[in-house]
This record gives sequence, C-alpha cells and structure tokens, in this order.
Amino acid sequence: MKPAPFDYYRPSTLEETLQLLTEFEEEAKIIAGGQSFIPILNMRLSEPGVLVDINQLSDLEYITVEDGYLKIGALTRQRTLELSSLVQQHVPLLSEALPFIGHLQTRNRGTVGGSLVHADPSAEIPLALSVLNAEVVLRSTEEIRTVEIGDFFLTYLTANILPHELLTEIRIPSANILPGYAFVEFSRRHGDFAIVAVASQLAADQDGRIHSGRLALGGIDAVPVVADDAINILIGRQPTDELINQALELALEDADPDDDLHASREYRLQLARVLAKRALLTAYERALKRR
Amino acid sequence: MDKVLRDEKMVVRVSINGTVVEDTVEPRKLLSDFLRENCGLTGTHVGCEHGVCGACTVRVNGKAIRSCLMFAVQADGSEIVTVEGLAAEGRMHPLQQAFSECHALQCGFCTPGILMSSVELLEQAHVPDRHEIIEMLSGHLCRCTGYKGIVDAIEKVVGDKSQ
Repeated sequence: MKPAPFDYYRPSTLEETLQLLTEFEEEAKIIAGGQSFIPILNMRLSEPGVLVDINQLSDLEYITVEDGYLKIGALTRQRTLELSSLVQQHVPLLSEALPFIGHLQTRNRGTVGGSLVHADPSAEIPLALSVLNAEVVLRSTEEIRTVEIGDFFLTYLTANILPHELLTEIRIPSANILPGYAFVEFSRRHGDFAIVAVASQLAADQDGRIHSGRLALGGIDAVPVVADDAINILIGRQPTDELINQALELALEDADPDDDLHASREYRLQLARVLAKRALLTAYERALKRR
Repeated sequence: MDKVLRDEKMVVRVSINGTVVEDTVEPRKLLSDFLRENCGLTGTHVGCEHGVCGACTVRVNGKAIRSCLMFAVQADGSEIVTVEGLAAEGRMHPLQQAFSECHALQCGFCTPGILMSSVELLEQAHVPDRHEIIEMLSGHLCRCTGYKGIVDAIEKVVGDKSQ
C-alpha cells in the first residue's frame, strides 16, 4: 500500500461531483482511469487530501455524431475510442493515433478526458485533437464553458481548467475534419512516451494543389505546437521536397525542446523535421485518393 | 454517493474466479495488494507498482488491466479473474499448456500477467496475427525468454482455435 491516505468520495451523479469539487476546490483531485494519476500517487509525487472517483458517471461514456460534431464523453475509455467504428469512419486520424497510447492494458482503463487534463506535452490525444481543432466542455456548479483546444494546454502538465471544474465532453467539429490525414510517432519502444509525434491533415483540389491543412507537433515544446504558418506556405501549391523543407523550417523556428534523458534538443528537432515531412506526404497521398 | 474518510474502511464485495469475496479495506489499498494480502491469491505478481511491467495484470469485467493502477474500492461489484482462475478441474488452460510446451517461461515472474492479457486476446472476434500478439505483449516485460517462446505459445493456441 503506497499512496498517502486520502478521503474517498464516489459520487453517482454529475451534480454530486460538481458540488464536491466546489466544496473541496484545490484539496480534491478527480480520479477517472487513473493510468497516469495512480503512478503519481503510488510514488507519492502527489498527496491529495480528497479523491473524487468519477467512474460511476456512466452518462459521460459515449461517442455520438450530432449537430455537426463528433462528441466524445470525457469518461470514454481509450480502448473504446480505438475500436469505435464511428470514429474509424468519421475521424480516422484519431483511430490511427490511439494505438500509440501506452498499452492495450492501460487503454482498457485510461480515459479520453483524463489524457487531456493531464496535459502531457508528448501525449497522443492532445496532439490529435489539436490538429482537429477540437473543443472541450468544462462544467462547474455555476457554468458550462467551451474552450478551444488551442487555448486549453498552458504548459507542461497544466491545462486551462479550474479546480472546481470537470471536463465532461470533447467535440470535434465535422467541418474541421479533412480527407487527408496522418499520425506518426517515434519512441524507443512501442508504448513508451513519444520522443516526437506529429499529426497532420490536408485537403487537395482536382489539380493536386493543397487548399487547406493543419500540422501539429508534440514532444518539441511544453504544449502541442500547431504550425499554421508552415501550412500557409503550402496552400495553393503542390507539395515539393523544397517547399515542405521550407515550411518545416518555419514550423520549428520557435520550437523549444528540452534536452533530457531520452533525447537531446538537436535530436528532437531533427526527428521533428523527418516525421513532419513523413506526416505531410502521407496526408497528401491520402488527400489525393479521397478528394 | 459513497464516502470513506482516510482512517475508515470500506466494504468491498467482488467475485474472484467465480467466488464472492467480501472484505473491508482502506480506500488507498491497491487492487493488486487486495488480491495478494486480503484474498491470499499470490499468483498475481507485483513488479513495478506503476503500470510499466505488466506483471500484476488481471481481468476486471473481462478487460485486462493493471491491478496496481486501480484501487480495491474501485473494483467493488465487479467480476475479477486472476491467473488462479485459468485452470479448470485440475487441468491447465490451453494457454498454460502451450506456455509449458513452448518454453515460454523461465523464472515465471511475468507469466501470470501475460496469461491474463493473452486470454483477452483469444476471446476477440477475429483471430489475432503475430503482429497483434507482439503488440499486446508490448505491455509486458519479460527479462528471461526474449519473448520468442511466448509468441510461439500464443500462436499455437490461436492456431488450434482457428482450425
């Protein structure tokens, strides 16, 4: 038994949950899948006084398409999302990203919402949702607010969510889903944290010219880096090697990766160039096929 | 709503390998420790205690999960299968038989966890290929075998099943 002692609350409704968060504020931590959080507790890196277990809130486990959005309940397990035919059909980019997360055994329990609020800069779901320009819904007893994913990640392991708020839903606007997509990642072993991961989306016209796109890179900064300037260089043109290199120089201009145990700063930047090129070319090929 | 203060204990009632077990535990007690200490089921091994090694994998409501990344109180009301639940009527599960035949274990520390993940893989609708088996095994560390025997053993059972 390793975690420090805590008071355990297991609410059965959303209202009870939000009331507990309002009552305890910073003292409480929410536990959902726990696949990142329980290791932190086991190693006593965190010793919260109160744990609010939201696993009974089965109303927050769903995947639906409605009102021009693909909506994912925050408590949806990563493995459920990975196997969902609705996701494979509507957002194949997500289906491609999911198998990179941890292992099958942790995806069985880990949740989509948990991965977002944990805000690990190399995590796959935050990166995929960044390239899809998704929105998250945050609820408290007082209000419901919707935050664009670009405003959600603040820095390492820190998201734009208040202690009395609960992330309840992820919304991907259908209009943001482009026909060409790719998710590529490099890690030392399968299931390890990504050293660098890249997600890309592209759409091309009849002549093979790119008419819209997005590119996001993970593992090179404190939050996922969305490189809109780089994509702008490609708009209206067919991607050549030279053009892509030029775009990627711009994409990585402000990137500020750390040296750490796993890779040096230079290695990460070089890896980002290689993987981003691969992602753009794959997304482009798929865009041509599905135009 | 359930509420247990830190110095209190909570009643946990679970079905383990078909037998209903009830005990009281502190909320911070991990499922892995509950299985070993409260239930005496020491087949579930505890390695890293932070979700990396896979030795403590058991099945909760049919899903292979890390029992060191779940509190016993969270398993309340669920159906758990541990490695002790695989053999039936004194006869080894086909996977256990295949592990023995293919030399898929040496020290055996990682084996219970690998068996529990493999059983879930076998119950899938489609027949898993070698790549899928290897991907599933990426969630388990084995320092003895080099994995070849393990993959062979699982493939053998998959092959027997698909015939």
